[in-house]
Amino acid sequence: MQAETVRGAMFDTDELVINMGPQHPSTHGVLRGVLRLDGEKVVDCDVVIGYLHRGIEKLSENRNWTQIILLTDRMDYVAAATSNVGYCETVEKLLQLEVPRRARYVRTILCELQRIASHCLWVGTHAMDIGAMTVFLYAFRERELILDLFEEFCGARLTYNSMRIGGLPQDIPPGWDKKVLEFCSIMDTKIDEYETLLTHNRIWLERTKGIGIISGEEATGLGLCGPALRGSGVARDVRKDEPYSAYDEMQFDVPVGTEGDTYDRYLVRMEEFRQSLRIIRQATEGIPEGPIVGKVPRLIKPAAGETYHAIESPKGELGYFIVSDGKSTNPYRFRVRPPSFCNLQGLRRLVRGHLVADVVALIGSIDIVLGEVDR
Amino acid sequence: MSAVDTFFIPLLKIVIVLNATLVAVTYMVLLERKVIAWAQSRLGPMRVGPYGALQPVADAIKLMIKEDITPVKADKWVFTAAPIISMVPALIVYAVIPFGPEVSLFGRKVALYITDVNVGLLYIVSVASVGVYGIILAGYASNSKYPLLASLRASAQLISYEVAVTLTLVSVIIMSGTLSMVGIVRAQEHAGVWYAFIQPLAFGIFFIGGLAETNRAPFDLPEAEQELTGGFHTEYSGMRFALFFLAEYANMIVVSSVATTLFFGGWLRPFPNIAALGFLDIVPSWMWFLVKSFVFLYIFIWVRATLPRYRYDQLMRLGWKVLIPLAIANLVITGIVRVVMLGAGG
Repeated sequence: MQAETVRGAMFDTDELVINMGPQHPSTHGVLRGVLRLDGEKVVDCDVVIGYLHRGIEKLSENRNWTQIILLTDRMDYVAAATSNVGYCETVEKLLQLEVPRRARYVRTILCELQRIASHCLWVGTHAMDIGAMTVFLYAFRERELILDLFEEFCGARLTYNSMRIGGLPQDIPPGWDKKVLEFCSIMDTKIDEYETLLTHNRIWLERTKGIGIISGEEATGLGLCGPALRGSGVARDVRKDEPYSAYDEMQFDVPVGTEGDTYDRYLVRMEEFRQSLRIIRQATEGIPEGPIVGKVPRLIKPAAGETYHAIESPKGELGYFIVSDGKSTNPYRFRVRPPSFCNLQGLRRLVRGHLVADVVALIGSIDIVLGEVDR
Repeated sequence: MSAVDTFFIPLLKIVIVLNATLVAVTYMVLLERKVIAWAQSRLGPMRVGPYGALQPVADAIKLMIKEDITPVKADKWVFTAAPIISMVPALIVYAVIPFGPEVSLFGRKVALYITDVNVGLLYIVSVASVGVYGIILAGYASNSKYPLLASLRASAQLISYEVAVTLTLVSVIIMSGTLSMVGIVRAQEHAGVWYAFIQPLAFGIFFIGGLAETNRAPFDLPEAEQELTGGFHTEYSGMRFALFFLAEYANMIVVSSVATTLFFGGWLRPFPNIAALGFLDIVPSWMWFLVKSFVFLYIFIWVRATLPRYRYDQLMRLGWKVLIPLAIANLVITGIVRVVMLGAGG
């Protein structure tokens, strides 16, 4: 990208081309934005990705169906359980396998716990990018509690490998459901704490209101999904529209924004905290007895065919497209629709015309994980 | 006047104040880390010494033995001068800050300030504003893009806030009728009330402006780690970086001391006109001064732990559209009231 001279200005001024990333504290990993600046105003922004590409999709075509679960951990590493569930459900769909109700309930709990953990990380880093450093540590304090719950369930704290095709790897430990409910009551008060620090804070309002406004129509056109889309007033939520796991049995609302700015996206996610807690409470209290694994064939070898299945990950619509040739024990084609990647498409549109300080706010606002963008 | 009075005692005072300041600055860093840690439900430094008490020593050693890098493309002279320009004004301001009145010490009358200039306040304002050039020059001399943006921000910030802060100081001068720092404290003693209660608006503007002048949160735009990766000191390392760092804390202490002197009666005890509170005089005068300054320093840190950061254009708007008009209005009203009161024989 060449710097161009801005014509028509009082003095002929040069644009400043500046590299934001791949080593930058606020690009949430190895995102690189090539900004063209006029003063501090962003004229244009090229988003460069690929620094964390590990070829997970291609790798998956050479692994058997069970081994791939472990690879899905490494995509959205702050919401590994959701990726696990999404993949397993896709394969189950391909196998036309019935999953026991108990397993579906536990999956719902895990997915929602994971959503809270992921949103904790988001609210912390987003606030930190805007300069409010305390929220970061508060949010991580609560995320720690969720990691403890996960550790008790599957032994890992980050890359869980917490799901199996057809059901769960193991039943929930005794007393775990009580701990989950305890966590819910703790989390209830903590969300208020974050909101005290941010929601009505004058500086926070000034920094987020009117920043990166995008209409619902345009957001849909750009393929935005998840809270980034709902902030623009489009009530698209896979959990409601195409229920999976046990979401069809849960009562919850889908919060939407009105303005489509950074503040609305913030409010939507804050409300999602509360809705997730509501779902966790319902699912934990209503956990049915029964088997935890369905009738899974000894050798997983789906008949030839293809399928697409999407779930609502914390970042948005996480979809898997898998083709099986019916002959081998590994997928013929494995393709992921990562929500972070799709949301990142909106970044260029969002930052144009804003200031450098807003770029970091907007990167935080679309909540990306580079592991998932690059795969 | 003997040679002891004119030469030896002032020199001793300078040595004491300079050293005390430098120690205070290093421990301010520790205090900040500790207070912010407590605000964020962490412990802060705990390893070096009991409860991390020796952390500043470890930090100093680390910074001194670090490699001192000068980028090849940097403007070497300016690059070297910038941290010095930042640090020196922050230290020489202490020359006119009165820590206490004249006291008897070892049978000799000693004033608890280095000197009392009759334009003390003007001296502080002019010297303190030189410090910002350090930041501007650092950003320019680094010959790097992020520091350049930071130095642009710093110059904008300097212009916006210097005016508002100075205008509030003029209100205080109108009240006290003197520019001498000692004189201002004496005037408050005479008035029997701290100026913060007569001039709350001026104090508010001064404090906000002080946050902006010292580049502290929520106005730490030239530094803005999350946006500008450290801003003006991105290219600095070792002791030169440390000078910037220390200058920031030294400036915080300056602003706190000036706020204490101008608005909170300096070394005076609370309610200096109420004789019934005379027992408070047991506490030495300099102690009152330090306690009051400490409260401000604590608020500095507290604000940093709580608030997000303003954006560059919002900071300018706040400065030009809110603080300066308010400061001017305050100044005009102060002037009118003062003239009316003097006319009425007040």
